[in-house]
Amino acid sequence: MNRTINVSVNGKRHTHEVEPRLLLIHYLREVIGLTGTHMGCETSLCGACTVEVDGKAVKSCTMFAVQADGTEVLTVEGLAAPDGKLHPIQEAFWNEHALQCGFCTPGMIMVSKQILERNPDPTDAEIREGLDGNLCRCTGYQHIVNAVRTAAKAGV
Amino acid sequence: MIANSFEYSSPATLAEALGLIADGAKPLSGGMSLIPMMKLRLASPEHLVDLARLPELNYIREEHGELHIGAAATHHDVENAPLTRGKCPLLAETAAHIGDIQVRNRGTIGGSVAHADPAADYPAALQALEAKIVLRSASGERTVSTADFFIDTFTTALEPGEIVVEVIVPVEPGLTGTSYQKCLQPASGFAIVGVAARVRRDGDNFGPVQIGITGLTGTSYRATAVENALTGKPATEETIRAAAAHAADGVDANSDLHASAEYRASLAVSYTARAIRSALSRSA
Ligand SMILES: Cc1cc2nc3c(=O)[nH]c(=O)nc-3n(C[C@H](O)[C@H](O)[C@H](O)COP(=O)(O)OP(=O)(O)OC[C@H]3O[C@@H](n4cnc5c(N)ncnc54)[C@H](O)[C@@H]3O)c2cc1C
Ligand code: FES
Ligand code: FES
Repeated sequence: MNRTINVSVNGKRHTHEVEPRLLLIHYLREVIGLTGTHMGCETSLCGACTVEVDGKAVKSCTMFAVQADGTEVLTVEGLAAPDGKLHPIQEAFWNEHALQCGFCTPGMIMVSKQILERNPDPTDAEIREGLDGNLCRCTGYQHIVNAVRTAAKAGV
Repeated sequence: MIANSFEYSSPATLAEALGLIADGAKPLSGGMSLIPMMKLRLASPEHLVDLARLPELNYIREEHGELHIGAAATHHDVENAPLTRGKCPLLAETAAHIGDIQVRNRGTIGGSVAHADPAADYPAALQALEAKIVLRSASGERTVSTADFFIDTFTTALEPGEIVVEVIVPVEPGLTGTSYQKCLQPASGFAIVGVAARVRRDGDNFGPVQIGITGLTGTSYRATAVENALTGKPATEETIRAAAAHAADGVDANSDLHASAEYRASLAVSYTARAIRSALSRSA
């Protein structure tokens, strides 16, 4: 049986009738049309699909859209200011060359936001521990760690 | 990967949820074990009842010298709540070892114990803490010990229609030192072996000690042979080594792609020694 869900995505309210088995990532990408959130492994391991639900970073491939009913979802598209000015974490990823192909980047940025919200001045070890659920096949992680450190210094 | 179709209910009260579960619906908590299985179609429940949104199951509170942790408390909550950090640091430390930030944000203690993955982290701590697990169905409530709750791989004392509503752990006496030591499988993050230790000193000797082990065999267990070899003996490295050697006594160790039975048993010995050493250093 389909269910009606009300979700705020990047501050905009949406109401849709969805099948309970629809994954949150498919809802975001295919129903709402926000393709910034990437589907990598589909098996809860790579973190490319990370978004925030009520302020908590989650893997949107491992959550049904119906579980997000009544919540506020934030995706990578919601980070920059309305005038296009990048979020300090996005700025830091750019300046520190924290991406090559960019596939992992939306998830890396969303989890970095959670890391810094919970610990504004993390050590490199704490950053790496925080990035545990996100895989990058290109960078070797060092530049990502540098970017998170730089964003921390910028005072996110 | 798309799950089979199912019906989803998100009732407002626990009583309503228990009614649906009595009629055969399956509980959904954080979904961190169930959803991956549904996507692989290893599980195809027809009706899911969302417990994660029930305020009645979402709490951590202190009552009569014990901590009561609602089934819907997330791993993140258990890791960070001042009550668990301050009064049951072993459980908070163990929660911090589970998966990654995203998994800890959604996964719950009730879901983890009900799932009874042989490589899950909580069971080691719950065995060492002699935790109580509160089960409820539409027809009543009962409390079982951790030792009686975990039966075998993915098998617990839960009866059809019953759910885990609460986990009860002791407030740790100030003098006890505790530690959780985990050898993790780097790709999945699950434990190849995990050892939780609680150590009291009695002068220069070991006082009462509790050791819980996960990952080694089908289900978690208390390593009583190790405990008996410590209590009353001098708190020395020699005692620790001799006692830890019994960690896998009588246990039929699992063997898989990541570790042979022999290697797992040897890891259990090493990690038991580490957990005891670390807990001893934190005891007063
Ligand atoms: C990438 C990844 C890494 C992980 N790493 C680890 C790790 O290192 N260590 C570890 O211990 N775990 C790990 N997990 C598993 C995680 O801890 C899960 O959160 C936990 O096993 C299940 O809890 P849940 O709330 O998500 O339950 P769900 O997935 O919602 O449910 C699991 C099962 O329990 C049943 N159930 C749920 N709640 C209840 C209840 N209250 N009463 C009765 N039955 C119930 C469900 O019907 C289902 O059968 C990992 C998971 C992922 C995806
Ligand atoms: S796509 Fe969700 S974790 Fe990889
Ligand atoms: S930049 Fe290519 S996967 Fe990370």
